[in-house]
Amino acid sequence: MSGFQTNNKVISWLDERLPIFSMMQHSAIEYPTPRNLNYWWNFGSLAAFVLVVMLLTGIFLVMNYSSHTSLAFDSVERIMRDVNYGWLIRYLHMNGASMFFILVYIHMFRNLYYGSYKAPREVLWWIGIVIYLAMMATGFLGYVLPWGQMSFWGATVITNLFSAFPVVGESIVTLLWGGFSVDNPTLNRFFSLHYLLPFVIVGLVVVHVWALHTVRSNNPLGVEMKGEADSIPFHPYYTIKDLFGIGVFLMFFMAFVFWAPNFFGEPDNYIPANPMVTPPHIVPEWYYLPFYAILRSFTIDLWIIPAKLQGVVAMFAAILILFFLPWLDTSKVRSAKFRPLYRQFFWLFLVDCLVLGYVGGKPAEEPLVTIGQVCTAYYFAHFLIIMPLLGKIEKPKALPASIAAAVLKEKA
Amino acid sequence: MADSATHAQPSSTDGQSRRDFLLYTTIAVGAAGTAAALWPFVHSMNPAADTLAMSTTDVDLAAIQPGQAITVVWQGKPVFVRYRTAEDIAAAAKDDGAELRDKAADAARVQKPEWLVVVGVCTHLGCVPLGQKAADPKGDFGGWFCPCHGSHYDTSGRIRKGPAPLNLPVPKYAFTSDTTIRIG
Amino acid sequence: MRKLILSALTATALFASSGAALASGGGEPLMKPGFSWEGFFGRYDQTQLKRGFEVFNQVCSNCHGLRLVAYRNLADVGLTADQIKEVAAAREIADAPNDEGIVSMRSGRASDKYISPFPNDKAAASANGGAIPPDLSLMAKARVGGPNYIYSLMLGFKEEAPHGVTVPEGKYYNSYFPGNAIGMPPQLMEDLITYSDGTKASPEQLARDISAFLNWAAEPELNERKSLGLKVMIFLAVFTTLLYALKRQIWKNLH
Repeated sequence: MSGFQTNNKVISWLDERLPIFSMMQHSAIEYPTPRNLNYWWNFGSLAAFVLVVMLLTGIFLVMNYSSHTSLAFDSVERIMRDVNYGWLIRYLHMNGASMFFILVYIHMFRNLYYGSYKAPREVLWWIGIVIYLAMMATGFLGYVLPWGQMSFWGATVITNLFSAFPVVGESIVTLLWGGFSVDNPTLNRFFSLHYLLPFVIVGLVVVHVWALHTVRSNNPLGVEMKGEADSIPFHPYYTIKDLFGIGVFLMFFMAFVFWAPNFFGEPDNYIPANPMVTPPHIVPEWYYLPFYAILRSFTIDLWIIPAKLQGVVAMFAAILILFFLPWLDTSKVRSAKFRPLYRQFFWLFLVDCLVLGYVGGKPAEEPLVTIGQVCTAYYFAHFLIIMPLLGKIEKPKALPASIAAAVLKEKA
Repeated sequence: MADSATHAQPSSTDGQSRRDFLLYTTIAVGAAGTAAALWPFVHSMNPAADTLAMSTTDVDLAAIQPGQAITVVWQGKPVFVRYRTAEDIAAAAKDDGAELRDKAADAARVQKPEWLVVVGVCTHLGCVPLGQKAADPKGDFGGWFCPCHGSHYDTSGRIRKGPAPLNLPVPKYAFTSDTTIRIG
Repeated sequence: MRKLILSALTATALFASSGAALASGGGEPLMKPGFSWEGFFGRYDQTQLKRGFEVFNQVCSNCHGLRLVAYRNLADVGLTADQIKEVAAAREIADAPNDEGIVSMRSGRASDKYISPFPNDKAAASANGGAIPPDLSLMAKARVGGPNYIYSLMLGFKEEAPHGVTVPEGKYYNSYFPGNAIGMPPQLMEDLITYSDGTKASPEQLARDISAFLNWAAEPELNERKSLGLKVMIFLAVFTTLLYALKRQIWKNLH
């Protein structure tokens, strides 16, 4: 850490007592960053930006929201109709949730492609998965708050997942509901937790960045920075690149907010919740669909394990398996750029996830059920069979001597 | 940001100034955009359309006896409507010449002398003064007395004693018939 | 890189196609008459909204509520303050208890929400053969296809059900209604109402106008939204271009 220098007496007085300026100098300005990061490395800062947008819009929505079953739906409509710019704030929040997931999914697949989860970045990757889990929980809780038909039945179906666990299942569900069905106590606690979790995510993001700054960024070549020539200071190079990314992203985001604000939503959620009538086709928000497809793929009771339990366990396992990825992947090489075989399987895995997402959004009918089952099997095979085997059988291409060498060669 | 961006590389003075221009333009546009983006959030805290629309209250005066007062709700605040007796009116008119903190003639505060309509919120720190019920303390001047910090109002709702700076405000109202008024 | 972009496109196509598949929920594909507010620059046509209001007020509102729209909002569709008062006063609502604690009825005011034709769901169901006429405030958002669905439904009644289909007693056959048996009788006929602007009230015209009005009822902010969106987009285009130029300048001297 080269010291922070200033002629301003007040700033240096403060910095000697609380080194915030030194810290910023160290972690946001001088922070050595690989010089060859491509635009796929923009998505982390973009996700952080959307998190701020979500907090800001959320805090202002709460000022006009009522978390009571008899008021929630109408209070949201009052925000849409009577509150000044309420429609804008709500549409930003609604679409912001989808944007957040789009960005984080791209961030995750970038990580998979370039092997960023490998040593020494395993803990960084773990914290990322925890952030993703917290986002899923937050998104689900938030979707319940408008108290439309999808809110209500989504809450019912997802909380019922826990009833699959033997012995304690029913008690857990009753505890989650605070009653014998999804009702006012459920809405109130969901509201409380939906407000809490984003701040937990902020804390996790801080730890995520801390871990990142400890092990430094991976890069498209997957070779570590070795000398001065490999890195550039974060500011101004990546501050301006991230800001430019935010500009482009905002145009994408705003196109939905202003011209297709309900694109990611379900029409049924504009019908007030009715505990007596289930909508004919209920689907979760799009970002859960691959896991929803995995959940539904288990249809046959096996020995003493009922299909319902299998599905729930598989769904949770599909996410938890990501924690083991750094060890399931046995290859010494990080970047798919130098792994010709893995590259093919990466794309196959991406397609597999997209197909799962498609199947999850459709009614459970043939041939989609079978397709979903095949894709579920492949999802797990990718992690449990393909990743361990590839490291053994694949012949990686020669790695460049250093980042600087590769960059110069490309320029020549 | 400006500092290190410009310090990063040496270049010709000409290029330097062109670059500074671009940098400062971008910062200015970005700052303007951020400020504009914050306005909807600030404005969302202002009264909403439904709140603004509910801003009138109709009051029926027929049942009020001379000397009596009623309290009605207007925009979430209490409004005092008092049917003043001849003595009340005389006392108020007499004090037009007294030393008043917030000068106002009684005649200017009423549309019909017998009907006094004021917002019943103490101009000190927002408590509701006493004096509407027969048994209430009415203060030293026969109008209202605010129990929070001891402000005294007279029969025209003018501040006469205590910490409050202003008279009880007269809301906008109109007689829609001989015995009804619409406030707001 | 090229592959990544390709796959992103594939993903978008997949999502788009799943959306399209979802859109055809009930029976026949919906008719799309084309509305003034569609597209990038599209806005509501206020004369059409006013005609649509006349259809709603004279026909639909006898059975359907519009509980999220306030009478004062009708200024948006071109009603004057006096006309709004008149429309509001046509219905009664329970007043606050008087000094004796008695609740009596008072006529509606501009600040009231549209007063529903039935006091509660039970009354609505018993007056309509067990089927509750749904509130129409959000109908254009709460059905796949939105205004196109409303338009199609209004024109989708068939006097004779197709061969082999039996329609239960008290129900009507509609090509676009999920399950095809709808509790609402056919409504639109030639010259059902007389438009104040003299437009000929053909069934297609009536259907188009009521769909427009109900879309306004569901999305009253649309005009403001699209205007603001345009300004935001122009700003972002300028700002992003500046950021890009600055990025190029800063990175130019790197290698």
